[in-house]
Amino acid sequence: MTTDTTTQTPEAAAVPPPGASPARTRAAHSHRRLLTRRDRITLALMAGVPTILHVALVWVTAIASIFLAFTTWDGIGFGSIKWVGLDNFTQLFNDNPQFWPAVEHNVIWFVVLILIPTPFGLFLAVQLDKRIRFSRVYQTAFFLPVVISMACIGFVWQLVYNPDTGLINSIIGANKPGHYIDWIGDPHLNLWAILIAASWRHTGYMMILYLAGLKSVDPSLREAAALDGANEWQTFKSVIFPTLRPTNTVVLVVTIIEALRAFDLVFVFNKGAQGTELLSILVTNNIIGESSRIGYGSAIAVVLLVISLAVIIPYLIATFRKERRA
Amino acid sequence: MRLSPSGASVPGPSRRSLLRGAGGAALLAGAGIPLLSACGGSGSSSDPKTVTLGSNASDAVPKKAFAAVYADFKKQSGITVDVNTKDHNTFQEQINSYLQGTPDDVFNWFAGYRMQFFAAKKLATPVDDVWQKIGDNFPDAMKKLSKGEDGKYYFVPVTTYPWAVFYRKSVFQQHGYKIPATWDALVALCKQMKKDGLVPFAFGDKDAWPAMGTFDQINFRLNGYDFHVQLMAGKASWTDAKVKAVFDHWAELLPYHQDGFMGRTWEDAAQTLVSKKAGMYLLGSFVAQQFTNKADLDDLDFFPFPEINSAYGQETVEAPTDGFMVSKAPKNHAGVVKLLEYLGSPAAEEMYLKTDPSVVAASDKASTSAYSALQKKAFEMIGSAKSLTQFMDRDSRPDFTSTVMQPGLQKFLQNPKDVDSLLSSIERQKKTIFASE
Repeated sequence: MTTDTTTQTPEAAAVPPPGASPARTRAAHSHRRLLTRRDRITLALMAGVPTILHVALVWVTAIASIFLAFTTWDGIGFGSIKWVGLDNFTQLFNDNPQFWPAVEHNVIWFVVLILIPTPFGLFLAVQLDKRIRFSRVYQTAFFLPVVISMACIGFVWQLVYNPDTGLINSIIGANKPGHYIDWIGDPHLNLWAILIAASWRHTGYMMILYLAGLKSVDPSLREAAALDGANEWQTFKSVIFPTLRPTNTVVLVVTIIEALRAFDLVFVFNKGAQGTELLSILVTNNIIGESSRIGYGSAIAVVLLVISLAVIIPYLIATFRKERRA
Repeated sequence: MRLSPSGASVPGPSRRSLLRGAGGAALLAGAGIPLLSACGGSGSSSDPKTVTLGSNASDAVPKKAFAAVYADFKKQSGITVDVNTKDHNTFQEQINSYLQGTPDDVFNWFAGYRMQFFAAKKLATPVDDVWQKIGDNFPDAMKKLSKGEDGKYYFVPVTTYPWAVFYRKSVFQQHGYKIPATWDALVALCKQMKKDGLVPFAFGDKDAWPAMGTFDQINFRLNGYDFHVQLMAGKASWTDAKVKAVFDHWAELLPYHQDGFMGRTWEDAAQTLVSKKAGMYLLGSFVAQQFTNKADLDDLDFFPFPEINSAYGQETVEAPTDGFMVSKAPKNHAGVVKLLEYLGSPAAEEMYLKTDPSVVAASDKASTSAYSALQKKAFEMIGSAKSLTQFMDRDSRPDFTSTVMQPGLQKFLQNPKDVDSLLSSIERQKKTIFASE
């Protein structure tokens, strides 16, 4: 299922080999002669390499960026790292004119994705689940944007929104002096313009998730509802939707992740200029470049990390509790 | 599943390569960030007949032009230039780690503060020995641009181009416009153009840097070259009344700029000049690249930004200059000196300009016989300038200009009334960035 690939973190990818190895080592103890030296090296490598990679690429970098958030560093030589305590954070919260708009936009991003494309995706899924004619064609059409990379979507929508030569302004004649609509530049418009593009893609994503959820609804439930004389809306409201609970959790988590990692679309669109600032873009702008502010950028990254943890930890606790009960 | 007792299913060679992989991973974990900086380095050749060169000339025209230059150098000296070309923007983003790793002997870079920054960080080698030979080839303003803060030379300029106000001769003729020499004349001209149904100034600031050009012009016309340098180096205050005056002048001109500039690239803005819908365009001479029709290109002309303060007149020209620097420990120092002496010669510049006519030579000794009228004018303007500036993001810390000034100027363009709070915000951020030195 699609959710597996998207929610899979590097941790999850690294788990299978170490998870499988205890059983093998136990086997090694009881059948000592069966495992040669070569086998043990192979096992050590199979468990060790992913562990090292995981620790180096996930944990070391995460901890390094937390450490760097309390320093200033231009990235030239380790000697120039200077401890500044909470300076980066006070600057960020008080002096950076882009920080609070960025936080706000990340929140708006989430709210819009959960309010517009998610219900719409559910609606499409319910319609397609009825096995209407050409249902596969529709399914493909709605899912197609999900297959395209965000960067490409950004390029395509930029052409549509271009204030001088774009599709919209050319059709409605809003590219003349006097009555001019600047979809990309106007800070009151551009975030919404981008969110339309993001929703266009997210709808297909949500549709596929819900379609998978609906396939697992027991047909006998529908039959029972039909026998009781429930109409279509009643069936959906009282029978189908409650059974979609696990799917809803997945949808919620996926949408939160999408809102926090929103980056590529905006970066291609206008690099997070006035009106479209996002936390991920502020991190990039500060860290990448010829004389980078690595400490400051790390501080923003730490804020993003804290927000992510605040969302992920309650979810994990809830999931583990459920598993233990089961 | 149990492994086969023999273990023969694991062939030797692949296991060895696996081990090597594991060793590499361990190294990566231990070495952390420095290893990343080793990326993009070239092979270690201490061959006296080769000089390695890191190039940002990734576009087709400059790449071809430089190839011809290096081929000519080889013919003269017998030294091969081993070029390692990287995408222009990628080169800039990675320059930091590139110079700390194993950089090529010589690399493409920009004059001014951005050169001085790496010189001060000891990531470049001084080239005073080269300048003893090539010094006579350059005007004083170019010499000033090539020196580090310690007074040593670190840079050899090759090409440059001016920023000015571009217009179409036929449009000015048709309406009987005159080239404005003063600020008042410029504003009056804008008013007249608007009346005539033209957009007085074509403008696009989607990429956030074009606005910096307008700021620079008004600033050094109003406050002079020295103040520009002070301000860019973080020494003058952004809350100074002089800076406020720049924004006041700009705000006066803003209503005459093209609508919707925040969503428009400079290329699209240039099209309004090409199609004669706009009267003027303040930009670098690369705007000529957008004039693909020969007749249109011949119609293109420019004038220096008008005088605002008679104390400074029009003595400063914004002329971003590109050239070469030497990395901190070149493997073939003798070859590097020979190469730079050659690159700093009028002959090398003429050779380059044969293929790439969108810029002009940095040397005032280069022959102008092959120049177009536009190039000749640009060359004279730069040659006669008392001071040359490089453009805001080349005259100041790039982290300051990209994270503070670009969004700051865009904010001003959206809301030209709230200048005071904007300037104090810029000043606060500037202090922390320049303090991190």
